Amino acid sequence: MEMQHQESLGRWDGLGSRDASSRAEAMEFICQEVMRKVEAIEPIKAATPAPGSSSNSDLNDILVHLLMLSRRCPFEDVRGRCTQLLRDIQDLGIRIPRPLGSGPSRFIPEKEILQVSKVDASTQAIFEDAFAALRRLDNISLVMSFHPQYLESFLRTQHYLLQMDGPLPLHYRHYICIMAAARHQCSYLVNLHVNDFLQVGGNTKWLNGLNEAPQKLQQLGEINKILAHRPWLLTKEHIERLLKAEEHSWSLAELIHAVVLLTHYHSLSSFTFGCGIMPEINCDGGHTFRPPSVSQYCVCDIANGNGHANHHNDLLGNQEMCGEVEELMERMKQLQECRDDEEASQEEMATRFEREKTESMLVVTSEDEECVPSRDISRHFEDTSYGYQDFSRRGEQVPTFRAQDYSWEDHGFSLVNRLYPDVGQMLDEKFQMAYNLTYNTMATHKDVDTSMLRRAIWNYIHCMFGIRYDDYDYGEINQLLDRSFKIYIKTMVCSPEKTTKRMYESFWRQFQHSEKVHVNLLLMEARMQAELLYALRAITRYMT
Amino acid sequence: MEKMSRVTTALGSSSITGRTMFCHLDAPANAISVCRDAAQVVVAGRNIFKIYALEEEQFVEKLNLRVGRKPSLNFSCADVMWHQMEENLLATAATNGAVVTWNLGKPSRNKQDQLFTEHKRTVNKVCFHPTEAYMLLSGSQDGFMKCFDLRKKESVSTFSGQSESVRDVQFSMKDYFTFAASFENGNVQLWDIRRPDRYERMFTAHTGPVFCCDWHPDDRGWLATGGRDKMVKVWDMTTNRAKEIYCVQTIASVARVKWRPEKKFHLATCSMMVDHNIYVWDIRRPFIPFATFEEHKDVTTGIVWRHQHDPHYLLSGSKDSTLYQHMFKDATRPVDKANPEGLCFGLMGDLAFAVNESLVSSDGGRKPYPGGDRRYPFFSFKKPNPTEQFAHVSSALSVFETDLDSSRMDWFVKTAQLYLLSGKPFTELCDHNATVARELKRPQVSTTWTMLRIMFSDPALGPNHSLSKLGGLPLMNSFSMKEMGPESRLERCKGESRQDNIHLEPGNSHISNNNEENEETEGSDGPTEYMFGDAELDDDDLYPLEHDNQTVAEEPVYTLPPEAFQLRHEIIDNPSVPEHLQQDKADSPHVSGNEAEVACLTPIESFSLISISQPLYSPHLHANFFCPIVREMLSHYAERGDVQMAVSVLIVLGEKIRKEIDDLTQEHWYMSYIDLLQRFELWNVSNEVIKLSTCSAITCLNQTSTTLHINCSNCKRPMSNKGWICDRCRQCASACAVCHHVVKGLFVWCQGCSHGGHLEHIMNWLKNNSHCPAGCGHLCEYT
Repeated sequence: MEMQHQESLGRWDGLGSRDASSRAEAMEFICQEVMRKVEAIEPIKAATPAPGSSSNSDLNDILVHLLMLSRRCPFEDVRGRCTQLLRDIQDLGIRIPRPLGSGPSRFIPEKEILQVSKVDASTQAIFEDAFAALRRLDNISLVMSFHPQYLESFLRTQHYLLQMDGPLPLHYRHYICIMAAARHQCSYLVNLHVNDFLQVGGNTKWLNGLNEAPQKLQQLGEINKILAHRPWLLTKEHIERLLKAEEHSWSLAELIHAVVLLTHYHSLSSFTFGCGIMPEINCDGGHTFRPPSVSQYCVCDIANGNGHANHHNDLLGNQEMCGEVEELMERMKQLQECRDDEEASQEEMATRFEREKTESMLVVTSEDEECVPSRDISRHFEDTSYGYQDFSRRGEQVPTFRAQDYSWEDHGFSLVNRLYPDVGQMLDEKFQMAYNLTYNTMATHKDVDTSMLRRAIWNYIHCMFGIRYDDYDYGEINQLLDRSFKIYIKTMVCSPEKTTKRMYESFWRQFQHSEKVHVNLLLMEARMQAELLYALRAITRYMT
Repeated sequence: MEKMSRVTTALGSSSITGRTMFCHLDAPANAISVCRDAAQVVVAGRNIFKIYALEEEQFVEKLNLRVGRKPSLNFSCADVMWHQMEENLLATAATNGAVVTWNLGKPSRNKQDQLFTEHKRTVNKVCFHPTEAYMLLSGSQDGFMKCFDLRKKESVSTFSGQSESVRDVQFSMKDYFTFAASFENGNVQLWDIRRPDRYERMFTAHTGPVFCCDWHPDDRGWLATGGRDKMVKVWDMTTNRAKEIYCVQTIASVARVKWRPEKKFHLATCSMMVDHNIYVWDIRRPFIPFATFEEHKDVTTGIVWRHQHDPHYLLSGSKDSTLYQHMFKDATRPVDKANPEGLCFGLMGDLAFAVNESLVSSDGGRKPYPGGDRRYPFFSFKKPNPTEQFAHVSSALSVFETDLDSSRMDWFVKTAQLYLLSGKPFTELCDHNATVARELKRPQVSTTWTMLRIMFSDPALGPNHSLSKLGGLPLMNSFSMKEMGPESRLERCKGESRQDNIHLEPGNSHISNNNEENEETEGSDGPTEYMFGDAELDDDDLYPLEHDNQTVAEEPVYTLPPEAFQLRHEIIDNPSVPEHLQQDKADSPHVSGNEAEVACLTPIESFSLISISQPLYSPHLHANFFCPIVREMLSHYAERGDVQMAVSVLIVLGEKIRKEIDDLTQEHWYMSYIDLLQRFELWNVSNEVIKLSTCSAITCLNQTSTTLHINCSNCKRPMSNKGWICDRCRQCASACAVCHHVVKGLFVWCQGCSHGGHLEHIMNWLKNNSHCPAGCGHLCEYT
């Protein structure tokens, strides 16, 4: 919300309270204020019915916020009141907004995702926490709520990074988030953090582009670019340039904070695209004031599987791919059993890694019709041409990084925790949570040991970044991950903005949506760790 | 068996000679190990696997075990161990999960003997049984430990760590069947080699991974562990529950730990990240390393004592591709460099002083401390063994109390509370503050405020009006700027030179010596200073100053506090100037009235003379004209230790003076003043100062650490939520014990029973009751 309803801001805050009476009080206040505003504009509205005119854009903002609350607030009473209030306003002849599309994800039908209204107690508590902290419950959290254990750890880390004690000032943090998300043209995250950035008192001018921001942040642009697309190129010289820049220099602690934020938001962009996260209801593109069209379905609904059009297709697909899961399980079993029979020679192992690495480069991420509206985000990067694609076409090689020489557990953790206390611990928990998360199910099958599959996915992503585990046979990846899955992984990790619904649907057709989200979490965390390892290695090298 | 080996090694140790030396390896080392007779060392890493002979003057490469054209991952070693009984037998742990044994007795170039590929993940550690020739143990990332009989092709038993990665395995030196294993989740397990089904004992040793463990070579029950949490812990395993008996906090995660031979309490550690040094600790003195080896340029990855009965040689390998032999006599001893004295001022000007007892007692003829000084014997270790180098740990603590009672700092507190810094017109603020100062019997401060008002307020108000309040001061209006300017400067110069003189005095070198001398310094100090002041006045031949001195002389007692306070303060300001410290410290216990008086007042008083004279001289001067003088005045106050004055004036004058003083200085003053206020627990004042300051570094102070962590009053567990309801017990956590409603806003509670409630309710309750309103029977005390 903008400056003009500063006074109502406090009231929005009140809605996050755990105490029902203070929520009711806040709600009451909002009701009154909205009604006052509504009455104030009524005469004008009669004259100029155009919505969006300056006099009532103010009101519109509030209405949109109410709409968001009516859908996303974890508190039953607030949702009810907001819906009621909106209906009342509509009855007064005011046009109220409605959400565009439905549900938090374009890829996942809304009915599959947990409804805010029907969650178990522990998830409810997590939601309430998130809502109290941010005054919103974003779509990312909703999609992640398939995996509440992980969600808790994720939110705690994110909250700590953005809001708790840390070396960087708050507006810097959000600006860095914007920079990172803009690298992947992730308008969803950019919008979210532009709002936050302004709310913590950030300078609007900075949003005009990186060159309007302070020199110090501009310098971060370089490693933002490298980390996002080719982290292996990061050297200690880059670090040195940041740390020794006279009055614009970064301190080590600040740099660690920035690096953690950058990597977190790069990978979160991957997740956002990978799960097709919809814009927030109260952000641009999340709502409309237009009345519903005749067809009753907007494009998103159809794409979403909420319409009836797609059902037929799905059925077909299912029949076709029937044996997929079984086949995969069979292969896993085989690998487990015959592991000892044919012990591949060392060169063979090395070649397998190289092959996988090279191949991963050649997996073509389809140049798709879908062009994400890059609106005004592009201003945040100076060099749009710098992407993953460029170098893979030129056939450059990713140098190999030996995981045993610099691992998160032994080295990365200590460095982060030393310079930015507690964060090492949180990241460690988050990584472990993502890596070890399992329900021992695969699609409809129960009691499956999925560790092999999870490890293959994790290592495949690290392999794309050139990180090699001596103790892993990269032949397994070929056995377990089929081509469409590899394409999905590759796209999501390297150029997430190109992820399409088709890709999302074409891998692992029989699996549940929750399992696909699980895969996304793995991808996200593996990517973050890979980037972080390169960044931390460069910092360590600088320090020694 | 035991005896035998001891005899041979004793012979062997006599033959060990050498010096601190190193050689370059071709690649970073991951681990090193020595053979039993201490003549050779093996170095293993990702790209290196070589044996070096330890000769008198140098390392000589003996053998390269990486043979064959194709580099195999089996050569990529995470760990290596040389058998302590069989000279020809080595084992390595490979990063790809292979365990390889090597037989140096083989005639062919390839010495590889056996290859076990049973582990699925990286093997972190291999360990030979100390007395069995054929028994080898391995611990791997895949969570299994395997015991191999080298006469067989595969492992004889497998121990499962429940899918937690194993970081280290070590056979016990004394118990034939026991080995310890450390895990990534912070646990340490003890196993019996005959019982692979279940561990004998398990305990949590660290938070985060335990990277290493080492059994004490002599003491049966001691196990040292080191972890990512930067701790080294020594456990007594003889009792039923493993008991932590020593703990050393290092500065980085601990990668290796090795007991020092023949020294019961010594162990060596090296780190995995950031810190490249090798430390040898005396575990009884965990705060400072006993010895440090600082040769390596990158992290040390392997350390080993050259001979199991010789404590003087340490070998180490590092990521910087060097192999070192360190002679113990060449080690750096941090203790020698550490400052043996500790010094701290109390809030009321008391001084605590801790020093190594030997330094104090060596000074036999020391006179007793004068005045109200007391000595507290505080901390003393009995030497357990006079031959040990490190045992000499005892220190004495002395506390010097100021000879006047502690209420002397009252003026500071009162001033802080009574001063008005904002909220009224400038002239009123000045007047108010002047009154406050006058009532506290601080005439010079009071005068300064008045001066400031005159200088910076609207000239239309007329200087006469303001001057009339100043009593005798108008007398001095006969002085011109020209006369006074140089004089005040001169005076400051002298003040400085006085300090310099003292710096030059002998006695700084030895503390006890210095103490003794202090009294003399003291004695001569005051008069000298007085003379400076005096001489100055005479030189200038200014009769009004004499008058001034007289007025001042009426109240020497009240102006004492500035001195005591100021001394303390200067120490905070200039921690980097030790001589200065010593001088100040020497002063403080014996501040006698007059000298402090003069030291403090003379310059200030004359200073105010300058300023007062000015408006009369040319009443229409622009206020900016005074800025340089005010700036000097502020610096002067700050230097004299009255940072309170400096900051208060800075705030009250605001924009008028701010640009004149550079930001760093301002920030420095603010920080000092805020620090003082907080020590006096004047939280409100300190917060007001923070709020009123214009330095960005200061204003952000009250933005940080605003989080308050609370526990639920019902279930006693931390409240992770915002709001009033504990998410565990579903109760309102902060209910008022009197009215039983949730407290929103000010909550006060007893620190004894942790019951409490609304501030008002509790206050009312306590008027009539002394027990806790919750009925818990506690006699509540609220502070």
